Amino acid sequence: MGRKILTEHINVPGIQGYEVYRQHGGYRSVEKALKMTPNDIVEEVKKSGLRGRGGAGFPTGMKWSFIDKKSGRPRHLVCNADESEPGTFKDRYMMEKIPHLLVEGMITSSIALEANLSYIYIRGEYMWVYRILERAINEAYAKGWLGKNIQGSGYDLDLYVTCGAGAYICGEETALIESLEGKRGNPRIKPPFPAVVGLYGNPTVVNNVETIMDIPWIVMNGGDEFAKIGIGKSTGTKLISASGHIRKPGVYEIDLSISVEEFVMSDEYLGGMYSDRPLKACVPGGSSVPILPAELLFKTAKGEQRMMTYESMSDGGFATGSMIGSGGFIIYDDTTCVVRNTWNFSRFYHHESCGQCSPCREGTGWMEKILYRLEHGYGSQEDIDLLWDIQRKIEGNTICPLGDAAAWPVAAAIRHFRHEFEYHVRYPEKIKDRKHFEYEPWEKVKHLMGTKEAVAV
Amino acid sequence: MALAEVKPEQVVFSEKLMKRIEELKSHFPDGKKKSALITVLHEVQDEHQDWLSVPVMDKVAEVLGIKPIEVYEVVTFYSMYNQKPVGKYVFEFCRTSCCATRGVEDLMEYTCQKLGVGMNEVTPDGMFQVKGVECLGACGYAPMLQLGDFYHEFLTKEKMDALIEDCRAGKVEKLSKV
Ligand SMILES: Cc1cc2nc3c(=O)[nH]c(=O)nc-3n(C[C@H](O)[C@H](O)[C@H](O)COP(=O)(O)O)c2cc1C
Ligand code: SF4
Ligand code: FES
Repeated sequence: MGRKILTEHINVPGIQGYEVYRQHGGYRSVEKALKMTPNDIVEEVKKSGLRGRGGAGFPTGMKWSFIDKKSGRPRHLVCNADESEPGTFKDRYMMEKIPHLLVEGMITSSIALEANLSYIYIRGEYMWVYRILERAINEAYAKGWLGKNIQGSGYDLDLYVTCGAGAYICGEETALIESLEGKRGNPRIKPPFPAVVGLYGNPTVVNNVETIMDIPWIVMNGGDEFAKIGIGKSTGTKLISASGHIRKPGVYEIDLSISVEEFVMSDEYLGGMYSDRPLKACVPGGSSVPILPAELLFKTAKGEQRMMTYESMSDGGFATGSMIGSGGFIIYDDTTCVVRNTWNFSRFYHHESCGQCSPCREGTGWMEKILYRLEHGYGSQEDIDLLWDIQRKIEGNTICPLGDAAAWPVAAAIRHFRHEFEYHVRYPEKIKDRKHFEYEPWEKVKHLMGTKEAVAV
Repeated sequence: MALAEVKPEQVVFSEKLMKRIEELKSHFPDGKKKSALITVLHEVQDEHQDWLSVPVMDKVAEVLGIKPIEVYEVVTFYSMYNQKPVGKYVFEFCRTSCCATRGVEDLMEYTCQKLGVGMNEVTPDGMFQVKGVECLGACGYAPMLQLGDFYHEFLTKEKMDALIEDCRAGKVEKLSKV
């Protein structure tokens, strides 16, 4: 069994409410933080090596030290609970089960940032979770953990929850800020970064739910303790949302030091493949990261064991590796058609593009159309090359990283599964039935592709 | 068209709604009350048959002290706001990858056939509508759908049958309590 930092008390009956939460050590980090200097808290977080759990993995302590405290403007902490990356559902699980941990983390982190007004921005679809958080916040106000002069310390903090209304792009931090201001979720051009010009033009830090929830433990136990868990620069524990063709989908808290094979196959975690079919591929960090074929999942291209760490997951770069991203771990068995799945993801990105930059707005649309054509048996060999070309032209040429996120899955699918795209072109009559691979897994039809030369026709 | 059917004088916000709007406004600093817009629109939509007509949007603008265009541009950006009337019970199936791998497409087809409608169509009695939406953050509990404020997860055809029956019998709650 690994260490449990976030989920230790998650199954305690009544932990959703204030009293039980408090009995289990809740809000002690606030008491402690109020006695520390803000800079000491930031130093502990730096020592912990905690990296942002929202996807990019940027060191949290460093991000906090960038917040502009000199200008004298009000500062804000905004929690990113927009969670919309396909494959990711960990934040919702935590907020639903143990909402006070987020409230506690928000207070402790706000103390460190010397913020007096903070928000939790939650996606609009999680409306029932919004109510849960609202209740938890009201309880915290009633018990004197929020409001004026918290616990007699002289420190004031207001915390509110506010929501979105169905837009993946509002997970991007500058789009989130725009949305919080009551506008369309169009990402801003950076710089200036939110740490200097953020919400209402004030210095702002945006952090993921899980990142914030790690803070109370770090304050209580010290950054060094946190850094002892894990390997190298992957410190602490990480929540993984597991879905797809596995026996035990759900949210898992893992030490960042176990192997991918153990995670997928052992009964303690995912319990192996659902219906015992062979593993075909995995998207290990939410839909935006490159898909890995089975042969590169448990072992890296160098033949080393692949671990559940930031470094090992990205070993080999995008050629033979991927990313841990948001921890959205999706497993596919051999009935999955990679072309169909890539089309599914492209439809998602096209739908979610905010439309501000042409490469993203137009490119995602074209990718969706071409993939639709290939998937439904109307594609040509040139389409595969065209697809490759389009994704390359989006990457790096847009205001926000959604463009890259749309391009990477397409690139990786072509890189690792080109033979399946070619199969779609060569055997349109076989794939016009929309669930082709469910009936005829790739293993059963690959002989039709014959030799390499045959493929090149 | 339905859009013209709602007349400005018909638009009334209940006392409860107005109180809630005032509360939401109090969460934001002076001069920044527009920040409440997105949450307010959810509450307004819930009270107005789940859609936002132009007169309703104009009223929201008035209440928040902003220009109508500022409301329109937000309503047209976010997918949860309906600009047209919708069915009483809208089954919003997540059709993104993880749900697709667990059979959501079959389930959508099954539901449409059972209700005798195509995707996005409202049944003639105005009761039901089937929609496909993108990932709802329930990927491990697939296949699933959203109905009002709530999620229905690990769906099967049998569960769909039961859900439809419960809706017909008026036993399904759509809104979470404040
Ligand atoms: C298109 C897009 C969507 C994103 N969605 C989310 C999200 O749903 N939740 C999240 O925490 N971060 C999301 N991010 C990352 C945020 O921009 C930001 O990096 C993160 O909230 C920072 O928090 P962290 O440092 O704690 O990870 C998204 C980024 C992009 C480009
Ligand atoms: S990359 Fe796409 S989502 Fe991001 S700002 Fe540009 S158009 Fe909008
Ligand atoms: S893919 Fe369906 S909820 Fe995420």
